[in-house]
This record gives sequence, C-alpha cells and structure tokens, in this order.
Amino acid sequence: MSDLRTHAEEIHEQFADQLDVDVETVEERLDTLVNEYKVPVEEARRSVTNSYLDEAGMDRDELGGGGGNEHVELASIDTAEQWVDVTAKVVELWEPRSDAVGQVGLLGDESGTIKFTKWAKSDLPALEEGTVYNLGNVVTDEYQGNYSIKLNRTTTIEAVDEDIEVGDNSVTVEGALVDIQSGSGLIKRCPEEDCTRVLQNGRCSEHGEVEGEFDLRIKGVLDDGNDVHEVIFDQEATEALTGIELEEAKEMAMDALDTTVVADEMRGDTLGQYYRVTGPTLGRYVLVNDLEVLSGPVDAESVLIKARSI
Amino acid sequence: MSQAPTREVARRVFAREFNDATYTFKESDDERAPVYALLPTGERANRIFIVGTLTETEDVGEDSEYWQGRVVDPNGGTFFVYAGQYQPDAASMLRELEPPAYVAIVGKPRTYETDEGDVNVSVRPESITRVDESVRDRWVVETAERTIERIQAFESDANEYAEMAREHYDLPVENYRRATVEALESLEEAETTAEPSP
Repeated sequence: MSDLRTHAEEIHEQFADQLDVDVETVEERLDTLVNEYKVPVEEARRSVTNSYLDEAGMDRDELGGGGGNEHVELASIDTAEQWVDVTAKVVELWEPRSDAVGQVGLLGDESGTIKFTKWAKSDLPALEEGTVYNLGNVVTDEYQGNYSIKLNRTTTIEAVDEDIEVGDNSVTVEGALVDIQSGSGLIKRCPEEDCTRVLQNGRCSEHGEVEGEFDLRIKGVLDDGNDVHEVIFDQEATEALTGIELEEAKEMAMDALDTTVVADEMRGDTLGQYYRVTGPTLGRYVLVNDLEVLSGPVDAESVLIKARSI
Repeated sequence: MSQAPTREVARRVFAREFNDATYTFKESDDERAPVYALLPTGERANRIFIVGTLTETEDVGEDSEYWQGRVVDPNGGTFFVYAGQYQPDAASMLRELEPPAYVAIVGKPRTYETDEGDVNVSVRPESITRVDESVRDRWVVETAERTIERIQAFESDANEYAEMAREHYDLPVENYRRATVEALESLEEAETTAEPSP
C-alpha cells in the first residue's frame, strides 16, 4: 500500500507542472491495475505514466526522473531506463552512423567507461573530447547485455574544470581452461581500414574476398566449477599463453599446409591448465591483458579443516 | 540474432560421487535440450572437468576403434572414459598416451544400462590433455571445495536438485564428505612423505 503511494507521489511530481492531478487519483489508478488486474507494479507505473504523457502531450524524453536523481558511477549502471546523474570525461567521440544521432562516443569515470548517445533532435550543446562534464538527467539503456546512457532534451550539461583518471572496467577471473573455441589460433583478418573482421574462408562479411592479414588469437573458456567466463587472448596474450609466436605459427601452418594445426597445438599445451586473467570486459568477453598460470602449491589444509568440521 | 545458449559449467566431482550419479534428466521437452546427470550431493551436471591418473587404456571396439581409459582419483575411485570415431581427438590421445600419466579431461556424463540391469556412469570426453602433478593437486583441492559447498547447500530450503536427489537416491551425502576428507588427506600425506626424498 505505502509502496503504491510512493510510486504515486513520484509520478505526481513528474507531472505537477503540466497537469492538474492529485496524488490520490494517481494512486487510485495504480491500485486498480495492481490490485484488481494483477499487473506488476513496474508495468502499472509505466502504463499510468504513459497515459499522463498523452494527456499532457509530452514526449517521454521530456520527462525528468522527478528530480533528485541518484548520482552514480558508470560501472555501477546495470539497469535500463533509470534516470541518473553522472560526472564523466568524454574519452572518445565516434562518427555517428545515423542522422538521428547528434553525438556518440565513450564516457569514462574512475569506475570505468560507458557508451553515450546524444540525439540530434535533443538540441544540446556539443561535447568535447577530453572534457569532464556534470551530466544531469540522463537515461540508462541496454542492448544485448551492454549498457549505455542517452542524453535527452532535459539533460543538463555543465563543463567541469577538473580531470578524471578513467578506469578500465577491469575484472579478474580464474579457473581451468576448458575449451578453445573455433576461430582461435592462426587467423586472417580483413585488411580494410578500421575493419579487422576475422575472415571466414578468405571472405570478410563486410568487404567480400580480400587478401587477409595473419593474426593470432584465442577465444577460450575459463571455468571454476561454479561459473564460466569467455575470454579473448589477442596476439600478445596468445603468445604469452602458448609460447607460440606469430612467425612460428605461420611456419607450422605452412609445413602442414593447414592453419588448424596451430590451434590444435595450442589446445594440447593449455587445455586443463589453471589460469588467472585480468582485463576489461567487452560484452560477455574478458579481454586478457594480464595472465598468470596457477601452478604453485595449493592449500589443502584449510579445506580439509572445513571438510572435517561440517 | 538469437541468443547463444549459455555454456554449461563443468562440475567438479570425485569418482565415488560421479559413479553414483545414475539418474539423468532433461529440463525441457525439446529434443536438443541438454541431458543432466543428477549428482547425489544435489547438483545437475551436463559437463564435468576431471584431473587424475590415467592408469590403463584399451581398445574395446569391435568393428571400429573404441577406446576405454581408466582415470583414477586420490580415493582410488575410477572414472571410465570412452572415446570412439565421434571423438577423434580424444580417441587418438587415448591411443597415444602411455599410462600412467596425469590427464585433464573435459567431458559429458553418460549412463548406460548393463545386461544385469545396473546403470553405469562414464565420461564422453570433449578434450583430453596431459598435465603435471601440480594441476592434479589443484584439481583435488578445488573439487573438495565444490563438493563441500554442495554438501553445505544440501539441507537448505528451495534446493531443487537436493530435493531431486532425496527423491531418486538413497545415498547419504556423508559418504561424499568422507571421500573429500580422504582425498585431501592423501595430498597432505604425499607432501610429508615427499619431502625427505632426494
């Protein structure tokens, strides 16, 4: 009950300037949906909010978070459609792929980085690379497990005269290497500028048949018996993991007239071994920057004490 | 783009428990749905990771090669591993390895019923690699930890697979706690006896 009241108060606050409604009316409408029609409260809130948006002739974009947004760190963003405030540096600006996008790029703070999009129609001042901003009233979004934030016409932008040491979302995972997936070992990449896609049978999915450039990489799976982590080793990390360098890999493939011998050799040397890796995450992958083989002595005693005590 | 199915975790389990995991099930009617073996400590296993001593290999195939490997853990429990023409890499490893050797195996649990009506549990390997003793020791400690975690969670409410284990097995988890203690003790002993040798 009091829960619905809170939601009602928040909705009411969002429309207080535009509409003449009282909190009780809002609460009643929520109550009908939730208690009579058994609609989940989040959905009820969305539905009631939408109907008031219609009534007021407003875009969802124009709706603030009801004031008093939480100021959050970028790495803590793990829910879509939250209204938040952030302080972040523009790490990179990318080329917008659509006319609807005014600016797109990467924001960073101490905790990590996140993609941002600023719509062209939002009519906001341009952000500059390398500058730190207080961004008020931005909305979080999610696509295939990756979070981003969207600037909208209610967003406040204020340049801050300070610098931020941008963190890299690094995580550390460990476990046994239980699989090296296809597309690992000696591969060829598309040589077109900024493409670097991995070729399948000499073809790039974007540029067709091309003369590929050799590279090394491993797509592997670390498994600790509770969780699996997909990890990607780039050329340098692959060389560190396997001791096989690019030139040597090319020779192996040349001798065998087959590139798959390289991945087979790598599998034999690494599968079943325990590793600890550290690096930034990209979607569901961890990109390996640091690598440690776990081969030292293990502490059986503390586990033994536990096993005896239960 | 459709969501890729999430990869199954490779469970850590000693042979004594694994060979008791005779009950298998699916969680959906889909023909391609994963098959799980039910571990008696209350967990489902579609994949396992084992490290142990390969003690014997034998081609038990009739028409084509079908390799059997025996992999022994510190309790003396034996994992039976079978690889044929559909696991060519694993089969060639079993053909080429000279026992005894430490091996790491990622594989799927498989069950089959004998003529006497007993259910035997075995491993169908996805990969077999040679490893050294330190990997084996790490696996023993890790497997002990995971087994203890399962035993500790066995009595907790809403443990679906513990519930299922009570229903299908009459196997006290105490058996597996003992196996865990024995396995860890064997590591400790190996350490103390290994020290004086030159």
